[in-house]
Amino acid sequence: MSIVGLVTVLLIVFLAVFAPLVAPHPKHASAFVDFANASSPPCRTYPFGTDVVGRDILSRIFFGFRFSLVMGVVVLALVVPPGVTLGLVAGYNQGTWLDTVIMRITDIFLAVPPLVLALAICSVLTPNLFNAMIAVSLMWWPWYTRLVYGLASTLRNEFFVNSAEAIGASKAHIIFREILPNCISPIFTKMSLDVGWVILIGSSLSFVGLGVQPPRPGLGTMVADGARYLPDQWWISVFPALAIVVIVLGFNLLGDGLRDMFAAEEV
Amino acid sequence: MTTDILTVADLKKYFVIGHSGILKREPITVKAVDGISFGVREGETFGLVGESGSGKSTVAYTTIGMYRPTEGSISFRGQSLFDGNKERPVAIKKEIQIVFQDPGSSLNPRRSIKQILELPLQVHRRDENRLEQIVRLLEMVELPPDYMQKYPQMLGGGEKQMVAIARALATDPSFVILDEPTSALDVSIQAKIINLLIQLQDEFHLSYLFITHDLSLMRNVASRVAIMYLGKICEVAEAAEFFRNPYHPYTRMLLSSIPVISEEEEKLKPKKIISTGEIPSPVNVPTGCSFHLRCPAKLNVCSEVDPVMVEVEGQTGLARHTVRCHLYGQTSASPSAEFTLSVVEVLRTGSVEPSDQEGGGR
Amino acid sequence: MRFEMGTSPLRQAQDIALLEIKDLHVHFDVYGGTLKVLDGVNFTVHSGQKVGLVGETGCGKTTTMKSILRILPMPPARIPRGEIYFKAQDVLKMGDGELRQVRSEGISMIFQDPTAALNPVFTIGQQLGAVVKYSMEGKKLSKKEIRERAIIPLKEVALPDPERMLDSYPIQLSGGMRQRVCIAMALVASRELLIADEPGTSLDVTIEDQILRLLHRLVEEKNVSVILITHTLGVVRETTDRVYVMYAGNMVEVADTEELFAQPLHPYTRGLMDAVPRLTGGGIADGIPGRIPDYLNPPPGCRFYPRCPQAMDICRQEKPSFYGKRSGVSDNHEVACFLYQDGGKGA
Repeated sequence: MSIVGLVTVLLIVFLAVFAPLVAPHPKHASAFVDFANASSPPCRTYPFGTDVVGRDILSRIFFGFRFSLVMGVVVLALVVPPGVTLGLVAGYNQGTWLDTVIMRITDIFLAVPPLVLALAICSVLTPNLFNAMIAVSLMWWPWYTRLVYGLASTLRNEFFVNSAEAIGASKAHIIFREILPNCISPIFTKMSLDVGWVILIGSSLSFVGLGVQPPRPGLGTMVADGARYLPDQWWISVFPALAIVVIVLGFNLLGDGLRDMFAAEEV
Repeated sequence: MTTDILTVADLKKYFVIGHSGILKREPITVKAVDGISFGVREGETFGLVGESGSGKSTVAYTTIGMYRPTEGSISFRGQSLFDGNKERPVAIKKEIQIVFQDPGSSLNPRRSIKQILELPLQVHRRDENRLEQIVRLLEMVELPPDYMQKYPQMLGGGEKQMVAIARALATDPSFVILDEPTSALDVSIQAKIINLLIQLQDEFHLSYLFITHDLSLMRNVASRVAIMYLGKICEVAEAAEFFRNPYHPYTRMLLSSIPVISEEEEKLKPKKIISTGEIPSPVNVPTGCSFHLRCPAKLNVCSEVDPVMVEVEGQTGLARHTVRCHLYGQTSASPSAEFTLSVVEVLRTGSVEPSDQEGGGR
Repeated sequence: MRFEMGTSPLRQAQDIALLEIKDLHVHFDVYGGTLKVLDGVNFTVHSGQKVGLVGETGCGKTTTMKSILRILPMPPARIPRGEIYFKAQDVLKMGDGELRQVRSEGISMIFQDPTAALNPVFTIGQQLGAVVKYSMEGKKLSKKEIRERAIIPLKEVALPDPERMLDSYPIQLSGGMRQRVCIAMALVASRELLIADEPGTSLDVTIEDQILRLLHRLVEEKNVSVILITHTLGVVRETTDRVYVMYAGNMVEVADTEELFAQPLHPYTRGLMDAVPRLTGGGIADGIPGRIPDYLNPPPGCRFYPRCPQAMDICRQEKPSFYGKRSGVSDNHEVACFLYQDGGKGA
């Protein structure tokens, strides 16, 4: 099953990267109109049909993958380093005021309903992909801090950490070179599962108009565009929605596979 | 006169593990170490023996700096190891190293042997060729150089412990704490490691604080032995004297319980004192002498007053032999001299009936 | 002071063995191949005997014991050859019903770590009660009767205040008490054979001493046979009548305890005894060089060959079987070593 996930993800990445080359109608991804062919159902020229202004849905989906992947990667890149570092620092200094301060702040962020926070932030700032990413990042980092805190606070008392302290290693060395390598597996697993979630949330934001703005082919945006034409011109919303399902499922399966692989390693 | 490389003076380490009651919130304290003093001479192996809950590991962990003393002091070559809340200077950290009990968790499973041995070299800035030094360290513990690439999981327990020893010696220390270094290992591997440790001590003029619960092992490693019970030292003597002429009832009880494998060893053991009762936990330390609940030679004063350490006459009378027990001490409530002497005689000849406590066996 | 020996050799000869393991082979299928752990193990226990099984980590002692009760995980473990006779019936061929009877009334096992063997979220009473309930006699008993039955073994193992003990959780007890509870659990139904796997290893010496005395007393009173597994030679010497020495999946020597310690024959046994630190002082011998063999590719001949100071050519090629030492000592002393073939005196 995880192989299926890996293949799916690789396929999506390929499609996203080479979209201008593999998409049947690359120009449809940007401002383009062709009212003659608007709202046509799936056929040979347009395998997934066209939307209300005549743009090929299949091609737009390929380009849409770009936004999704960018969102996933960028959000994680923004979230993981600070989240993990805070968790490591709090865990290593467990019991001190530093631990308390960091973890209470984390708790506060965790207490806010994530989508609500994202919505609030997005509506204050200009709605676009970049700000959507910021919003999601702000509510995502605490999960990594929590995860790593639990691991680090246990590892902190292992003899190999005490040994490094006795030798005189710096705190930075201990946190990043002794403790962190033992946390990598759970972090990676979470990351791959998170890509799917981030994409989903990003699509949700796009769907309500706060993420990728039209005419750009964000998957969520595309679903929103076609929503009012359901159920007659169903293909306009359904295919982008399916695309979201596929990309999220792909990453979830991959994540499951990674988790199993790491678990087997430890035996 | 040789100077002491390490001096422990009235060391106490208490841990607060919780609070009792809802309103009053009395702190529940574990008195892991409750006032011990001893000195380790330059070049000797000082043995610390005791059962679980005796506090011996706490002494080790405090000396290495993992804990700060609640009271009392530890000095290295005259300099206190604990200066306010400041962290120990790196120059001192270099001198005092430790080998832990569990080889499985003392080596980071995510770091290669090379990385593990490199750390002490990096910290203490030995600027020569690091690779060469690592090879030399591995040779020192009789491991082949290609072990550098391996990870701890690929090594057996004994080999992991060798790496831990090499790591401890990488900083070129003068004092090494060995906390039950071979307890988790089979006897044939233990032999190899102990002989290695003795050889290294000779070669590098090291002083050892050797901690174990295995008395037979202690007999062959230590030059002086101290026995601990519930956070306090009961008896200290030179090794041969300690085993041939034990005074404290606890020492005798422990010595009489050790399983040995030859007749001549049997003859050396004190007469059997059947150990009764459970080892009390360091949370509920009995009043008076902490051993009185299990002591076959208990006197009335033992449940009231905690004895102090006094010097006694050894058979091999070179070093001081000290004991902390009312049978040999001067207390105001001491029984008559004859009674004391007769109890001591009883202990020596070993015809002691266990008191009416729960106990299995005959 | 030592415990007296329980059985006379004459009695041994007359009884059918209570437990007899014949040529047991156990293999484990793992990713890299097959681990041929047990390579023809022979092991006998008579009624009322205390038999010690000595060997170092990885020699297969626990695997052997688990095979007796058939609690090995069956993949990856396989038993390609061998029989285990308990009261003349082959355990390996038993059906479920017969096996359950063996496990609940015939043989029980006390594991090495009492903390891990007890479930932390149930009281002692609940756990003992469960053993009573699922024993063959326990099916029709009421709750009150079960509780009464459960107290009996607690008293037998000399635990203080058994009533209160029933309502305590394992975490409230000390290590020695927990081990005694495990022994009590093993005694609930009347048993004939007790397998004690390193019962004192995680305990202090004084408490271990108490536990071993307890086992000894129980053997005397109830005529239970005991297999004591340990890697501590001193414990074996004080507590058993007969000792098997095991190395890398084979029994290499067996003798009456007193004789084994007076005259160890197999080079491995000798190496082991030399390595034990003596109370008389004098330093420690060098130990045994090398490591235990890789079970994926064990040596074709004698498995101790690579580490043996007295190895000969034949040792590399063939596996020795048990040879009795006919000259001198006793017929009960057997050793699997070519040095003693044909009644030779070894080196």
